[in-house]
Amino acid sequence: MITITHFLVVGAWLFSIGLYAVLARRNAILVLVGIELMINAAILNLVAFGRYDSSLYGGQAFALFAIVLAAAAVAVALAIILNVYKHHKTVNPEDISDLKD
Amino acid sequence: MDMQTIVFYSLAFAAVFSAILLVSLRNIARSLFLFFVVLFAVAGLYLFALADFVAITQVMVYVGGILILMLFAFMLSNREMFRQLQRGTAHFIAIPVWQALPIAILFLTVMLYTALHVGRNEPPWITASREAGTVIRAADNTVEQLGVHTMTHYLLPFEVVSVLLMMALIGAAHLARKEGDA
Repeated sequence: MITITHFLVVGAWLFSIGLYAVLARRNAILVLVGIELMINAAILNLVAFGRYDSSLYGGQAFALFAIVLAAAAVAVALAIILNVYKHHKTVNPEDISDLKD
Repeated sequence: MDMQTIVFYSLAFAAVFSAILLVSLRNIARSLFLFFVVLFAVAGLYLFALADFVAITQVMVYVGGILILMLFAFMLSNREMFRQLQRGTAHFIAIPVWQALPIAILFLTVMLYTALHVGRNEPPWITASREAGTVIRAADNTVEQLGVHTMTHYLLPFEVVSVLLMMALIGAAHLARKEGDA
């Protein structure tokens, strides 16, 4: 029997790994992947709790909205990353220290 | 252990191990392909929560859209990165890593504790829902219900999300245009 704890534990692992990627990786694309991992963990929790709400389907509906938000965020963030790469010739967040050249 | 549990555990281990490998590999292209595995495994986990439509959306939007975008961005920006990777391993164990690892582990501990706590004493609304029989069953038609609720009860979030999508579209197009021809 799959209980809600199973989903929560997997979600906790995915969230922590995503957090580690955001904090430690030196590549903007992998930082973005880390953010996506954290969003996926959140969606997993939404879906797991949403199973107990068949009158409104709140969990699944907001999981869909969260997927849309993630997609929009990635599109804009990748455009920003490519522009930053064009200007600074690097995607390492530590080397990008000036707002205006 | 029945079949369901075995499949759940294999999907969960595939997701978690691919994610750990993803953040520890130095080759970005391999990490992105491992992200593919993570997304598929998590979509499989959604199926266990009886969210079939969310799982399909995950495969379509993430694997079909986001991952391809990321691969493109990686390939358009990787020349300098390969040079950086070859230049040296001076940053292999950098300070941020051993600062980031305890933070991530602390988060993991707190969340695992909370998850086990939720498992031991079930929230009252879940118990009430189970007694009232409003738990989603495997035979329910999720897609129809989701469509009806999106167009009735969740109409405001739906509209807000559509406005946000349009903003993101305009913003991305504005950012991606060539310099000069404003």
